[in-house]
Amino acid sequence: MRSRSAVSQIPKERIGFADDLCPQKLWLQFMKYTLSVLVENQPGVLSKVVSLFSRRGYNIDSLAVGATENPGVSRMTITGQGDDYILEQVEKQLNKIIPVIKVRSLGTDAVQAELMLVKIGCDTQNFGEINQIAALMKAEVASVSKSSVTLKFAGDPEKCDTLFDLVRPFGVKEVARTGVIALEQG
Amino acid sequence: MINGAEIMVKCLEAEGVEIAFGYPGAAICPFYDALYSSSIRHVLVRSEQNAVHMASGYARVSGRPGVCIATSGPGATNLITGIATAFMDSVPVIAITGQVNLEQLGRDVFQEADITGACESFTKHSYLVTSAGELPRVFREAFHIASTGRPGPVLIDVPQDVQEQLIPRFQYPEKADIIGYKPNLSGHPMQIKRAAKAIEEAERPVICCGGGVVLAGAREEMNAFAGKTGIPVVSTMMGLGAMSNAKSSWNLLPEQEEPVYLGMIGKFGRSYANRAIGEADLILLCGARVGDRAIALPNQIAEQAKIIHIDVDPAEIGKNMRVDIPIVGDIRQVLTALTEQVKPGGFQEWRRQVLEYKNQFVPRGEDREDAVEPRSFLRTLSRLMDEDAILAADPGQCQIWAAINFTQRSGRFLTSGGLGTMGYALPAALGAKLAKPRRQVVAVCGDGAFQMSFNELAAVCACHAQLKIIVMDNRRLGMVREYQNIRHGGRHIATHMDGNPDFVALCRAYGIPAALAENNAQAEELAREMLASPTPYVLVCRVDPETPSV
Repeated sequence: MRSRSAVSQIPKERIGFADDLCPQKLWLQFMKYTLSVLVENQPGVLSKVVSLFSRRGYNIDSLAVGATENPGVSRMTITGQGDDYILEQVEKQLNKIIPVIKVRSLGTDAVQAELMLVKIGCDTQNFGEINQIAALMKAEVASVSKSSVTLKFAGDPEKCDTLFDLVRPFGVKEVARTGVIALEQG
Repeated sequence: MINGAEIMVKCLEAEGVEIAFGYPGAAICPFYDALYSSSIRHVLVRSEQNAVHMASGYARVSGRPGVCIATSGPGATNLITGIATAFMDSVPVIAITGQVNLEQLGRDVFQEADITGACESFTKHSYLVTSAGELPRVFREAFHIASTGRPGPVLIDVPQDVQEQLIPRFQYPEKADIIGYKPNLSGHPMQIKRAAKAIEEAERPVICCGGGVVLAGAREEMNAFAGKTGIPVVSTMMGLGAMSNAKSSWNLLPEQEEPVYLGMIGKFGRSYANRAIGEADLILLCGARVGDRAIALPNQIAEQAKIIHIDVDPAEIGKNMRVDIPIVGDIRQVLTALTEQVKPGGFQEWRRQVLEYKNQFVPRGEDREDAVEPRSFLRTLSRLMDEDAILAADPGQCQIWAAINFTQRSGRFLTSGGLGTMGYALPAALGAKLAKPRRQVVAVCGDGAFQMSFNELAAVCACHAQLKIIVMDNRRLGMVREYQNIRHGGRHIATHMDGNPDFVALCRAYGIPAALAENNAQAEELAREMLASPTPYVLVCRVDPETPSV
């Protein structure tokens, strides 16, 4: 039996150039995206959203869920990476979930924030240095013990990364981040 | 006062449900008790998976959602393959499952399974009902969601104590209002105008009919559009039945108003249909999701042709193929609008060319005397069957034999084209027969697939359904064996069906008349007898294992 795919019927010279323009190659150019998703506040909606990402092979960098001004509606902020094709598919597939009310892709100019707690191992000698970093970054010292200090920081995700990099040399014991939440400008 | 179970039955009655397919169990007992005093007919299946297939066959033929019922735990998990099958083929099915008591939920009690969670990725939507008061809204929404937009299965999981919960009165909502679900049906006028212009500019356009055309009931609109424009039509496997392929001779160029239909494309499709797609400069995808079996390398096709994609599901547009003109909307509405805008006639040279390709083609498989040649037998069978007959085919070689050799007039072709579920044909055919008792319904099964659902012969008997079943017995798993021939150097493993029963004796044990055909002449004679008989009938055909699919 010969395979009779549609493509086998195309004259060879006409598919010669197709390789360069093949969208699959463009898929490799990933970029970060932020989606703001309004959902009906009902049981199972989170699992519907998450299972969509896992089954279609889209990655999630962060996911934050919280209440909105309307008690029946929650907002999910999802960040991830993908190209235009993936972003378009993610948006369309999310829209197909029945309790999803609205999906909006936010640009880089959106107002973004993240809350981070970082517990750093320290002794009396380097506490001063950590305190300096905290003051410089406008992080709050949330808790202090004999062997550790916990900083609380709220700001855009890049600044969270910066603070984390600054305190890493002291020995980070634990980190908790909420994931990005974002709203459109204006 | 009224309890949850009675509400569920009243909801089904309010939706006009006449028949439900199911299998009872402890957690769904209150519902069955309420069904006792209802006029809804219940068909007792022999395995829950087949209940979904029957509901699917019923839905596809009747155009209304099919209803299936199972109990909690294993009953519910047995539904999964059926639900996934319906999901892949976009069939409106309502699956109702019992669940353990609400307060025991999550404690891993006897026959508990998280069925809404398990079915997450292949239901259009699912509900776990937590109070009887929600039931009317849930049922109204479920039927609305299942049957509108791109149809699909909806699961309703009802704990036993919710079925027993008493509430003061029953009131069914007039309409479902779901804030996040508003399918767009009309198609954007601007996009339709662009499409009409692209058609005008094209030289070698082709229409590709997908399952969406059949689901939307857009057969007339498609024929009118193809007739007016003169654009040749091809179809995917799920799109079979949208166009008639009854005309066998194309020696003369058809009248302008007559659509040119080339048949099925794809890996197992007709070479001339694939050739038309390959040479086209404009392809109108209508309700086709560009599956890999239909179009193997979509990006290469898209390089050389402009693509117009009409689909009610926006997520299908651009998913597997680059698209130039997307139109989100119901195929019927969009085609009606498009037909008004396009100019009649044209493409004479192109029509002549594709018909020449078609006329060069000689169908394969000739009648044999030592075995039944399935391809020629299916062509014979098509001639014997009624104009509006329904044919259901099981995946594997049977699916291909039937898809490309069955003559479509005004009938239907039912198969599991998306998931490719073995054992689909028999229960789906029974569902179809119960939906349209006066129409001829024939199931074509391989010996492998038949053994996955022949337990439903009992349901066929119990329903007194005049279902006709053809078993193509080659004592092999033919399609897998073919793969083994092509890809694995003919090393046949696990494809020889040792231990097959005597199918004729087996069917007779159910009280169903059955006969064995050893060659095409016998098969034709027995097929006549089968189609004329007033009872169910099983015709077993002895097939040569070396017979290829195409």
